[in-house]
Amino acid sequence: MTLKIIASQCTSCSACEPECPNVAISEKNGTFVIDPKKCTECIGHFDEPQCAAVCPVDNTCVIDNSFPRYQPPA
Amino acid sequence: MDASVQHEQATIPDGDKLSSVMQTIAEHKGCGTSGGSGKASCGSGAGENDLPPEIWEKVKNHPCYSEEAHHHYARMHVAVAPACNIQCNYCNRKYDCANESRPGVVSEKLTPEQAAKKVLAVASTIPQMTVLGIAGPGDPLANPEKTFKTFELIARTAPDIKLCLSTNGLALPDHVDTIAGFNVDHVTITINMVDPEIGAKIYPWVFWKHKRYTGVEAAKLLTDRQLQGLEMLTERGILCKVNSVMIPGVNDKHLVEVNRAVKSRGAFLHNIMPLISSPEHGTVFGLTGQRGPTAQELKALQDECEGEMNMMRHCRQCRADAVGLLGEDRSAEFTTDKIMAMEVNYDIDSRKAYQEAVESERVAKVVARQEELASLAGQSSDIKLLVAVATKGSGLINEHFGHAKEFQVYELSTAGAKFVGHRRVDLYCQGGYGDEDSLETVIRAINDCHAVFVAKIGGCPKSDLQAAGIEPVDQFAHEFIEKSAIAWFKSYLDKVNSGEIQHVVRGDAEIRQGALISAA
Ligand code: SF4
Ligand code: SF4
Ligand code: SF4
Repeated sequence: MTLKIIASQCTSCSACEPECPNVAISEKNGTFVIDPKKCTECIGHFDEPQCAAVCPVDNTCVIDNSFPRYQPPA
Repeated sequence: MDASVQHEQATIPDGDKLSSVMQTIAEHKGCGTSGGSGKASCGSGAGENDLPPEIWEKVKNHPCYSEEAHHHYARMHVAVAPACNIQCNYCNRKYDCANESRPGVVSEKLTPEQAAKKVLAVASTIPQMTVLGIAGPGDPLANPEKTFKTFELIARTAPDIKLCLSTNGLALPDHVDTIAGFNVDHVTITINMVDPEIGAKIYPWVFWKHKRYTGVEAAKLLTDRQLQGLEMLTERGILCKVNSVMIPGVNDKHLVEVNRAVKSRGAFLHNIMPLISSPEHGTVFGLTGQRGPTAQELKALQDECEGEMNMMRHCRQCRADAVGLLGEDRSAEFTTDKIMAMEVNYDIDSRKAYQEAVESERVAKVVARQEELASLAGQSSDIKLLVAVATKGSGLINEHFGHAKEFQVYELSTAGAKFVGHRRVDLYCQGGYGDEDSLETVIRAINDCHAVFVAKIGGCPKSDLQAAGIEPVDQFAHEFIEKSAIAWFKSYLDKVNSGEIQHVVRGDAEIRQGALISAA
């Protein structure tokens, strides 16, 4: 799995971008998006997904169920 | 950040606002040569004699810190810092940081390069622009790269401009040395509590060292970091102002304790601002119906803290991209498109000459006030009352009643005229009410005043004001505010003494809740 940003709720405050340990977040057309290929749910880096922890709008950085679970390297 | 997207939102002024901008432009042209007026020191704003010389030297031409300077000098904010690291219950992050701005305001976000260009453009157009502040739209220290890059660019090209920044304090201790390195001499910290139990009612969470903290734990962390940061700054000789938002029933009584705590750590000014909350801002407090203080409640708290230290009463809760004298906003003249197209010629010497002229004017004005005050000597009376003044700046009664977007309020007593605050009545915030309603709004906003001083007033509002018990005074049009107010007060006392009128105490007034959402 990966996290995704609900574009309609994103305020474009940019707070999540520098917090991501995998540089998975970037700006696109005025809102921020997560690259599902880079996101690791912060596993191996931090206890909680950083983007969700810093985001001022609740339930904006959420689990994207359309992707398979992230597998940490053994 | 795609500035053009934000830009449309933030800068299309509605008709009323545009005309008020045009008006301030026109007025500015005459600013440098007008014989001027004003005053040198206001009790609450701390004048030359109330502050240690080294602090006076730093604040005397800073409009946000010196009550008297705000009549003459201009400041600007650039919105380069959108992210924030805490959550306040009076903030909705769709809008700008509510600690520095009125809630519900959206600023045009800029890159550091755009911001630096904008500062140069504005400083070349408005020679009295002496201060650049970074105050959001989020927390400047949650965006350290953008904030310090902007300072670096400006320090290089316009070294005479003072830099300041406002922060919630969470990240402050980490950046104190960088702040000192950039010669930032003014920092504002918003401190609403020193008791984490109270803090938990104001801050739902903070984000620190890769973790979200909530409740009392979050508030404890925040207050520790805020006070530590304040101490570190004052140790290094950097001026610190503290902002507090007064939230009735939550921290109103507690702010006296906050006042003591920040004073003992060397803060030189404490600015207590009213909570502004209405449901349409979508903040937690707006939705729970948490009310803001009335004008009298705010003044009573400011008075209570004043014995302790200098209080600031002229704060307008400007937006994060404000440009101009306090109480005016010329930001529409300096949108990103316009600045990027501007040819900027930054002339330090002519700016200096202009500012020297302003200084000598200011000195001349003290004299006028002192003379009038001297004529009050010998009078003794317990009467203390408030009057409202319509002014466009320069310390003159020079605004038409119907055009006033705010009134300055002075407290008159035999001790003189003391500036105690301002009341917003800006009509363009109201979104389509008729004139009748707006007059009522004005009356409610200055309901605690005995008189209102104006340059001009129409017959209709005049009789409505009289019916509400507020005397419209227009015989001092275009004269100095303090001198005129004292002269009027003298004749008021005479009338009371001769039994011609009876002194009655006036009621409370409302603090405007509307924000500039029409521009959003
Ligand atoms: S969950 Fe972590 S890795 Fe994924 S986008 Fe958010 S911050 Fe980056
Ligand atoms: S922190 Fe949240 S609101 Fe801010 S840019 Fe990221 S997703 Fe959008
Ligand atoms: S510090 Fe400012 S931007 Fe951050 S949550 Fe509080 S009011 Fe909003």
